Amino acid sequence: MKKILVGIKRVVDYNVRVRVKPDGSGVMLDGVKMSINPFDEIALEEALRIKERGEAEEVVVVTMGAADCQQQLRTALAMGADRAIHIESNDPIEPLTGAHILQKLVEREQPFLVILGKQSIDGDNNQTGQMLAQLWNRPQATFASKVELSAKAAKVTREVDAGLETIEVDLPAVITTDLRLNEPRYVKLPDIMKAKKKPLETLPVADLGVELKTRVKILKTEPPAARQKGKMVKDVSELVAALRQKGLV
Amino acid sequence: MSEILIVAEHANGKLNPSTAKCVTAASKISGAKIAVAVFAASGAAVAAEAARLAGVNKVITVDHAANEHALAAVIAPQVAALAAPYSHVFGPSTTFGKDLMPRIAAILDAPQLSDVMAIESATRFVRPIYASNAIITVEVEAGAKIVATVRTASFEAAATGGNAAPIEAGNVDVELPKHTRFVGLAAAKSDRPDLQTAARVISGGRALGSADAFKIIYSLAEKLGAGVGASRAAVDAGYAPNDMQVGQTGKIIAPELYIAIGISGAIQHLTGIKDARTIVAINKDSEAPIFEVADIGLVGDLFSIVPELEKQIAAGK
Ligand SMILES: Cc1cc2nc3c(=O)[nH]c(=O)nc-3n(C[C@H](O)[C@H](O)[C@H](O)COP(=O)(O)OP(=O)(O)OC[C@H]3O[C@@H](n4cnc5c(N)ncnc54)[C@H](O)[C@@H]3O)c2cc1C
Repeated sequence: MKKILVGIKRVVDYNVRVRVKPDGSGVMLDGVKMSINPFDEIALEEALRIKERGEAEEVVVVTMGAADCQQQLRTALAMGADRAIHIESNDPIEPLTGAHILQKLVEREQPFLVILGKQSIDGDNNQTGQMLAQLWNRPQATFASKVELSAKAAKVTREVDAGLETIEVDLPAVITTDLRLNEPRYVKLPDIMKAKKKPLETLPVADLGVELKTRVKILKTEPPAARQKGKMVKDVSELVAALRQKGLV
Repeated sequence: MSEILIVAEHANGKLNPSTAKCVTAASKISGAKIAVAVFAASGAAVAAEAARLAGVNKVITVDHAANEHALAAVIAPQVAALAAPYSHVFGPSTTFGKDLMPRIAAILDAPQLSDVMAIESATRFVRPIYASNAIITVEVEAGAKIVATVRTASFEAAATGGNAAPIEAGNVDVELPKHTRFVGLAAAKSDRPDLQTAARVISGGRALGSADAFKIIYSLAEKLGAGVGASRAAVDAGYAPNDMQVGQTGKIIAPELYIAIGISGAIQHLTGIKDARTIVAINKDSEAPIFEVADIGLVGDLFSIVPELEKQIAAGK
């Protein structure tokens, strides 16, 4: 069966303005709205479209984390994924460990394509897809804004600093998504009901034989340096005067 | 003793300014010895540029036809082959470095620190999370090799001209994958200053309404010798090309002057401009969040303000 594996992560919703705890021990997460990482939602949407075009037969979503991330797996199933895998871990997972875990799943599921978001908007690491591709010894096409599949290869347009780069990668391959790849669909109520019946498998992380290493310790978390409150000017002349005073024009 | 290997970014025979910023970042580690590696089809000119950067002890060139285009899967094993004597491997936090460095980390079984904005010691680093709404200080376990991408907006470029580091050919004997092929690059050509290094940047947002209307931004930028940026909404709508996007998922910049025109100031956009010296906001909504971070704010219709601003600036010259 031609499978696509999609990784998703439960993160603070992108509309939430994240605040640092006063004691510097982390950020405030209590009662904050959680969602699927926006880039991962785009990854799932792309996989679903590929399947709907008849170029894949099954879309499998996977996440790693505590029990509550099953909510996001259910949302992914409601969007249209066929089944879900929850790698259960209550400890934080560093990107390289996450890539090792995904590689174990890749060995088991044998997908022809793995699609991940280019970064998750909590840690902003932008590492996991590239690391998985290397551990798997397969090509990567990161920051994708367009994906065209043929039988043995994928032609991918990538958003790079200089413009748009196109590369061709042999399959299987890892693709990571950028924002303009697609616009994810909205979940409809009947789909949420249907998703309840779709298979969701839970695997304790220990069963995968990957050692959970913590090699990077967070010593403290601080708010960013605050900018001083500026001033309002009432018209263009005042603006130009203010810029001149600062020597900027 | 820290030995730091920096992977040079270059294009068209020229060193990208991000490399000189990585050198400055590396030099924050006391006693660091710094080597710059140039992977190219023929890298002599780029290597010569790198050898002139203050603080560089050595430049290594690895010339190979397969290095004509910077494909991460092809370059990563070559970097890893050179990495044995080094304690750290650095690259810029540009799309080049973001694509490449994690692959190197995976080969070396090393942790990676992304977007490093300050370096406190050989094992202690500062980096942003949550779109720069929180800044963490991290300690990497002793003994591990450390891979990092350097947030270029956080470091000055190393001085050039006063150094002449030795250049040597690197000996890299690894099999290179053939599964990834370069097809093409559609690069926006312009004479404007590069967005990532420009001292002044003017950005337009969704309010511009069309690619045609966006021309007033280019026109003002020309008068000021400024680079041009855009919000995601403006890029998504096709008013500006993707390489102009400023923000969490676009470019992080630190110009002397940033003028945001018709941009609301979403968290993800502000991430990209937090290090700008002076932020000017022009927006018709006095409640727009951009005014919370602006040093100078002007409430009004951009379509009358921008031409007037251009006129007054031109008149004052
Ligand atoms: C995961 C993720 C990553 C993202 N990354 C980025 C990123 O890197 N960069 C980025 O920019 N965004 C990013 N975004 C999008 C971001 O959330 C905002 O949607 C976007 O920045 C809004 O762009 P805007 O300010 O141009 O548009 P809007 O929010 O629509 O603002 C338009 C503004 O123009 C003003 N206006 C309208 N007409 C006029 C007029 N005639 N004169 C003056 N003012 C006028 C309005 O008052 C308004 O404030 C990201 C979003 C997500 C979810």
